[in-house]
Amino acid sequence: MNAGSVHAKRVEAAWAVLAGVPDPEVPAVSLCDLGIVRDVRDMSEAEGGGLHVVLTPTYSGCPATEVIAASVADALLAAGLGPVTIEHRLAPAWTTDWISADGRRKLRDYGIAPPSGSASAGHADGAAVAIRIRPRAVECPRCGSLQTERLSAFGSTACKALHRCLACREPFEHFKPI
Amino acid sequence: MTLAPGSIRLDITPPLQYRLRIADTCLIHAQRLAEWCGHGPVLEEDIALTNMALDLIGQARALLTHAGQLAGRGGGESVNEDQLAFLRDERQFFNLTLVEQPMRKASAHAPGGDFADTVLRNFLLASWLKALWSRLLSSCDGELAAIAGKALKEARYHQQHNADWVMRLGDGTEESAARLRAALERAWPYTAEMFHRDEVDADAEASGLGPARDVLRAEWRVEVAAVFAEARLVMPADTPFISTGTLGVHSEHMGCMLAEMQVLQRSFPGGVW
Repeated sequence: MNAGSVHAKRVEAAWAVLAGVPDPEVPAVSLCDLGIVRDVRDMSEAEGGGLHVVLTPTYSGCPATEVIAASVADALLAAGLGPVTIEHRLAPAWTTDWISADGRRKLRDYGIAPPSGSASAGHADGAAVAIRIRPRAVECPRCGSLQTERLSAFGSTACKALHRCLACREPFEHFKPI
Repeated sequence: MTLAPGSIRLDITPPLQYRLRIADTCLIHAQRLAEWCGHGPVLEEDIALTNMALDLIGQARALLTHAGQLAGRGGGESVNEDQLAFLRDERQFFNLTLVEQPMRKASAHAPGGDFADTVLRNFLLASWLKALWSRLLSSCDGELAAIAGKALKEARYHQQHNADWVMRLGDGTEESAARLRAALERAWPYTAEMFHRDEVDADAEASGLGPARDVLRAEWRVEVAAVFAEARLVMPADTPFISTGTLGVHSEHMGCMLAEMQVLQRSFPGGVW
């Protein structure tokens, strides 16, 4: 086997492992589903060897950032894919547009309304937007009704807001589109 | 001037001061917001205020880490975010004076204001930060531009949330409207500093590091005026007073606040979780 395909196999194995690492605050979805894992590279001997993983944190103040880095390293080491270096990359900034279709389905099944619409469509960065937004209707993850209202702009974690369904009367969380 | 034991002292260059102005404004505002933790008028707002504090602390951490590394590259000693937050003396903090003003009135005789003061200050500041972050996206400093990309989304959300409250209070009951008007009278004189151009700004503008503060004024006034119109607030006339926190010359509240914020590291140097 040549060196190139060895590298490719290790990277493939790493992605498979990371697909099973849950987000610490929303364990129904993996870090890959959320788009937090941006890149995995098998470094050459000259670079020191080992896997190099690039993570993009969701919010500036997300307290899970350190836990996420640790769980990525732990999972790869446990799978025998170490050594691992982790890089936090801020740009481009994380957006809910990066959550995969599979991730959105898992969120809904878990009882969290996935981010509605596209975050980037609403406002190209720097463009003027009306300050008072009338949020798009958020679909109840339980009964599918669009008759819902926002209870709180901020929820139990930085990435979520609290809503309730006026049809089935159940409260639910909404992943804020950013 | 002698330093307090254990304090660090930076060689302040204009680019360092420019970055610290932003970092310290985020940090000190976050510290004030955190004073609401456990005291919010309703649970949802308690969570909202501390969530915003968390975003701002995250922004401050990234900025301070970056500034500390640059201080090292400039020939001085490299310092980390904790040293910058907890071991700097008052005169080397460069936040806007507005954010160090007491926010939540903790007891009858303590300084500070009510919830109207808080949401109004949040709104004025988030609108300013949003205008600043959107221009920093094109900073010649790639790390600063990256931090701005993330922070801009957060500032936008903070602005929307607090604009909602300003409109709700201003267009609410007689009592809520009167309190909001009083809050505006207290906060307004400190807004002049947000747009006061000086040589640090001119240096940043010339090098492409970021905008001079006066550039932010037009956009800020348009957005603030739109919300004030719905909140039935009249934008006050400007006064000649210009506060000087961005020069490191602070109001009487700064020292008390730093004493509380820094006491742990000052008492147990190098202590970690």
